[in-house]
Amino acid sequence: MHTGTEQKANNQDKRSDNGKVTKKLVLIVFAMFGFGFALVPLYDVFCDITGLNGKTNGVGVVYADDGIDTSRTVTVQFITRSAKAIPWQFEPVINEIKVHPGEMKFVNFYAKNESQRAIVGQAVPSVSPGIAAGYFQKIECFCFTQQPLQAGEEVEMGLQFYVDLELPEEITTLTLSYTLYDISDKADS
Amino acid sequence: MTTDTVNESLDDAHNDDHHDHKMTGIKRWLYTTNHKDIGTLYLWFSFIMLLTGGALAMVIRAELFQPGLQIVEPDFFNQLTTTHGLIMVFGAIMPAFTGFANWMLPMMIGAPDMALPRMNNWSFWILPFAFAILIGSFFMESGAPNFGWTFYAPLSTTYSNGSTAFFVFAVHIMGISSIMGAINIVVTIMNLRAPGMTYMKMPLFVWTFFITAYLLIAVMPVLAGVVTMLLTDTYFGTSFFDAAGGGDPVMFQHIFWFFGHPEVYIMILPAFGIVSTIIPAFARKKLFGYSSMVYATASIALLSFIVWAHHMFTTGMPLFGELFFMYCTMLIAVPTGVKVFNWVATMWRGSMTFEMPMMFSIAFVILFTIGGFSGLMLALTPVDFQYHDTYFVVAHFHYVLVTGSLFSIYAGAYYWLPKWTGHMYSERLANWHFWCSLISVNLLFFPMHFLGLAGMPRRIPDYALQFADFNKWVSIGGFAFGLSQLIFLAVVIKCIKGGEKAPAKPWDGAEGLEWTVASPAPYHTFSTPPALEEDKA
Repeated sequence: MHTGTEQKANNQDKRSDNGKVTKKLVLIVFAMFGFGFALVPLYDVFCDITGLNGKTNGVGVVYADDGIDTSRTVTVQFITRSAKAIPWQFEPVINEIKVHPGEMKFVNFYAKNESQRAIVGQAVPSVSPGIAAGYFQKIECFCFTQQPLQAGEEVEMGLQFYVDLELPEEITTLTLSYTLYDISDKADS
Repeated sequence: MTTDTVNESLDDAHNDDHHDHKMTGIKRWLYTTNHKDIGTLYLWFSFIMLLTGGALAMVIRAELFQPGLQIVEPDFFNQLTTTHGLIMVFGAIMPAFTGFANWMLPMMIGAPDMALPRMNNWSFWILPFAFAILIGSFFMESGAPNFGWTFYAPLSTTYSNGSTAFFVFAVHIMGISSIMGAINIVVTIMNLRAPGMTYMKMPLFVWTFFITAYLLIAVMPVLAGVVTMLLTDTYFGTSFFDAAGGGDPVMFQHIFWFFGHPEVYIMILPAFGIVSTIIPAFARKKLFGYSSMVYATASIALLSFIVWAHHMFTTGMPLFGELFFMYCTMLIAVPTGVKVFNWVATMWRGSMTFEMPMMFSIAFVILFTIGGFSGLMLALTPVDFQYHDTYFVVAHFHYVLVTGSLFSIYAGAYYWLPKWTGHMYSERLANWHFWCSLISVNLLFFPMHFLGLAGMPRRIPDYALQFADFNKWVSIGGFAFGLSQLIFLAVVIKCIKGGEKAPAKPWDGAEGLEWTVASPAPYHTFSTPPALEEDKA
């Protein structure tokens, strides 16, 4: 390709070639930097489709009145935990409930701010086994909104839900876990 | 000894129109754009980092010498394991390979220098700052990063000791340095090959660095992205990985390992290249299956992008995901097996001699294969639940990174030291280095397999009493291995200062353009491209 007599011209070529390749590679670098951030929404979509990580619906659904499958009974267990350093008492009023798929139920969770200051809490739900998350339908949930509590204030927070008729046969127990976070810093004022 | 070579020392004045190498003292190194100078800087830097990270490991092993807490606090222990990992990965192994690339690539492809020499200077000189930030955080109020080299959120965000910002900026700088180094390697290989050197005629060393550079360009920006998310999560109120704000901590692990797994191959593919150069030279046969080696390297690189979640089998993935990642991971054993068999076939019926580069290469083939086998065991989803986060994992990745990558670096260093310094190294000292390292490294890492299988968790400064005996042996192996590396320092210093004069080609079976220039290599080589012999493959 390069011969000795054309050395100088070739050096010129090489330099512009280097520039071209470098530009392309830098473009790849920026594209991959963007791809790293694109993974965030992609991951959410992926989890929505597959029910991965026990993610449940983030906004209320309308109750689909398609009948009740009384031949099956599913146990729904409720557990709660508080994330680091939120001084709230937070627990389900009943620990578990038996439902038929398609049947609407209403349960309460109790929370009390035991500290001396106002705190905004946010409960984040997760369903186990993860594969069942997509069949656990929340119509109304305190987890859709932030929950401000004054010092010493207590509240009962409601959850209205049903279990989808399509729930796979082999699943007989669902565990709904709420983790409570202190989001006073980030709360909408 | 041959006398037909011209020995030029680095400071000899050349009769050419380059002026930049006339500088003396520190300025020569600060301003240099010469690929050999920069390669030397990289190699020394990585060796200093190896000793630094090694010193941290010594403290870790001293703490683990017996059960109970004796020397360090648990939090400081966490800082030690974290920075040991970061320094070894980003400070020792990766810059050492970049050093090899700088020194050898232009000479192997018949180019006068790297394609982008000024960027080359910059990509080296920002590195010391990155590690000054990282190591400097030891002396700050927060202490050094203590969340593991994998910096999982929320350990590195919500529960950070305040070192996250230093850590993130250090990683940013390391990343920029690696990316610039990688771009330089790709441009050099694509544009500066000697006339007639087609891609399939390049030495395998060049191929492995070419592919590694592409891996770096593809995944280092993802690392930069994920640490940026950590930074904004910790200090600017975003919630990428914070469940309270709608984020997901498991997503951190997905993004991190999307970088992390190709990173593993970034640290081993160049090792394959070095060993594939050395084994043919001392078996006095052509490398068996050159083209299969090229394709195997490329397929390992491609597969590395679809296996990341095998680091996360215990995070509660669906069964399908676990099976997918398990099978893809096991698939990697195929091209890797091709390589191991090719090396063995190259040695088969060769006229082998056992100089130091060959000794390290053979040790590499055997010990790296042990690391590969334990990797296969870890790839099996059902048993991984037992191995996960135990010393079995520690044993696995130290076998592939220490007796794999590091041993290949030593093999390469011994192989090219005569070319770099113009002197032969002391065979006697080198033997001490090799045998002390070989014995101690196995004493250090082999019992870790059993500790892990018996249930000893990694990253914990204390352990149950029944692990005491093995840990004592491991620690003794660790101290011995650490000390043995000082012998290497002695070898190198002795070799620079003097020794038997090296001919242009000290290894009679060696092939490649780098052996056609004098030893030590003149400051400028291949100002005009060399003519290739027709039969060079």
